[in-house]
Amino acid sequence: MSATTTRPAAADSGRPGSSTSAVAGPTTLSLAKAITAALHDAMAADEKVLLMGEDIGRLGGVFRITDGLQATFGEDRVVDTPLAEASILGTAIGLALRGYRPVCEIQFDGFVYPAFSQIVSQLAKMPARMAGTAQLPVVVRIPYGGGIGAVEHHSESPEAYFAHTAGLRVISPATPQDAYWMLRQALTQPDPVIVMEPKRRYWEKGSVDTSAEALRTAPGLHSARVARPVNGARASEGGAVTVVAYGPTVRVALDAALAAAEEGVELEVIDLRSLSPLDIGAVEASARRTGRVVVVHEAPVFLGTGAEIAARVTESCFHSLEAPVLRVGGFAVPYPAARIEEHYLPDAERLLDAVDRVLA
Amino acid sequence: MPLVAPAPQAPVQLLDPTGVRRRADQIDEPELAGYAQLVASVDAEQLRARYRDMAMVRRFDVEATALQRQGELALWASCTGQEAAQVGAGHGLAPQDHVFPTYREHGLAWVRGVDPVQVLQLYRGASHGGWDPADHAFHLYTLVIGAQLPHATGYAMGLQRDGLVGTGDRSRDSAVMACFGDGASSQGEVNEALSWAGVFSAPVVFFCQNNGWAISAPASRQSAAPLHLRAAGFGMPGVQVDGNDVLAVEAVIRAASDRARSGGGPTLVEAVTYRVNAHTTSDDAGRYRSREEEESWRPRDPLTRVEAHLRAIDCADEAFFDAVREESDELGARVRRGVREMPDPEPTSMFDHAYAAEHPLVASERAWLQTWLATEPEEAR
Repeated sequence: MSATTTRPAAADSGRPGSSTSAVAGPTTLSLAKAITAALHDAMAADEKVLLMGEDIGRLGGVFRITDGLQATFGEDRVVDTPLAEASILGTAIGLALRGYRPVCEIQFDGFVYPAFSQIVSQLAKMPARMAGTAQLPVVVRIPYGGGIGAVEHHSESPEAYFAHTAGLRVISPATPQDAYWMLRQALTQPDPVIVMEPKRRYWEKGSVDTSAEALRTAPGLHSARVARPVNGARASEGGAVTVVAYGPTVRVALDAALAAAEEGVELEVIDLRSLSPLDIGAVEASARRTGRVVVVHEAPVFLGTGAEIAARVTESCFHSLEAPVLRVGGFAVPYPAARIEEHYLPDAERLLDAVDRVLA
Repeated sequence: MPLVAPAPQAPVQLLDPTGVRRRADQIDEPELAGYAQLVASVDAEQLRARYRDMAMVRRFDVEATALQRQGELALWASCTGQEAAQVGAGHGLAPQDHVFPTYREHGLAWVRGVDPVQVLQLYRGASHGGWDPADHAFHLYTLVIGAQLPHATGYAMGLQRDGLVGTGDRSRDSAVMACFGDGASSQGEVNEALSWAGVFSAPVVFFCQNNGWAISAPASRQSAAPLHLRAAGFGMPGVQVDGNDVLAVEAVIRAASDRARSGGGPTLVEAVTYRVNAHTTSDDAGRYRSREEEESWRPRDPLTRVEAHLRAIDCADEAFFDAVREESDELGARVRRGVREMPDPEPTSMFDHAYAAEHPLVASERAWLQTWLATEPEEAR
């Protein structure tokens, strides 16, 4: 059930959980290890935080995200669960009712569906049902998305199901720094949070400041980030386009922006960071600057996050738009076999084709 | 050697349908005598109290059914016939034990002190919940069949981590009761929860009321084997009890919850009972089961055997039963009044607890509805 076929897990070096908390100031970490650091530091800060999942203890998880944490915090706080996703979520709800903050690891995106009923019918709705008498701060970590050459069920992008469900918060960090901050923030707020982790970016490295001061002044959990700004003069000349991305496609958008710049076209890249709630204000501000918007995600275009963004931008920025909002994403087919997944996944070229169309 | 299913055992029974009570010293079989011993202290006075509980719950059930017929409730799931299972189970627990009920647990709710009017909020459509679980150590009703069993198991794992299991302090050690029915026994989550509780030795009493029917499906459609026999496969004891015998259920639950509290792990209890009425007020049992079957359960009514016993030992006279009837009628009147006077929630209350922390979309939609409601229809358009 856990076959990553083409890539060694935890390809980067670095000691497990204990690697960062003692380090002062920024350090270079992979996105995966930034999550490890966040979990470690959250567990150290709050004894009610505990981790649950398949193979997360002795093995350290199939992506080694929880590597070393069981040795540090013990088997009661890093729980190797039976192989039953519905009950990982269901028992996490029971533990949350008892005052705990469970972090559930779903091994791969395609394995979350056995837990879907518990997430959608119980976790999302129980706080409203309980009318404020209890909170359910359960965090669900889901490695998602394609591009790692995996077998079926290991490359999906199910974020829209969760973003569509009232009662859940849905986030997707794209950088190691955001992965650290957003996990830490998720573990100090009172609502259920689905964390969509861009698994093909697990090994990408970046500067991470794990200090309390940096965390205190970090952007809000649900605020979008301008990953690449475009200057106002350039935008007013009409050669700029807003590209909205999140998770794994932020890198795609930044790559496309470099290529576009060579052609004299400026892309303003918005990293959404959060899908629910959506920081639509950041998208609208950019749309008003550029008048042109393209949304890119790996999930199928049909009824995906892009549809919501296109609708909202059209409703609020209609008179600022120079072209219809376009969407670039996966096709309306089951995620294809690995040997042809490059033709499914939106890449810089497909994104630039859409950019050309909104500029035409 | 041919493979054979295990031979069925007789369910634990301490008060037979004619009202004859079996005491420990009259029983040869050690296990059964042990159960009798566990409720030896339940004297005539306490049996009168059990009878009163069951009569009040039945009267409540009758009233709720009537209120549904009058249009005051959207739906009602009757527990008539299951009063002994639920009242017995409630009295078999310690006050600190936490119960995760189904949506038919009105007898347990009664024993746990939940106001029956609060129970009806859900069935009237005024709330999805109705009470604060912390006030009664009684979680909200769960409508998705079996979904509460993993919650119960997780809660029990929390008790273990809180140091509230197996310390020997009888006032603090705690257990969890996970309620389900024969229909739920087919759900994956129910079997997952049983497996988890076994693996983690979680302090859970799995309390299955096998009432014979899951809407139109007989228990034989859910399981080819008696449900309590599944316990062995999950590494826990399983016991079948006469679910219409309030004493036997109390004894079996006391044994199972004592075991859980002391760190002995989970137990599966199957209480054999009967859903006397249709599944809910929306259901028509005449389409799928026979009048003969329904009649066959009438002599096994959980109230009549306690009444027969109390009369036989001369511990309850007509005045007692009249007084219970009068009190239960007062309850019926209070419930009727409470439902009719129950206010509808404010429309914008739907936004109140969707999230615990601020959520901009919810906030803006709440503001929109508030404005919409404050504006005359023509103006709004």
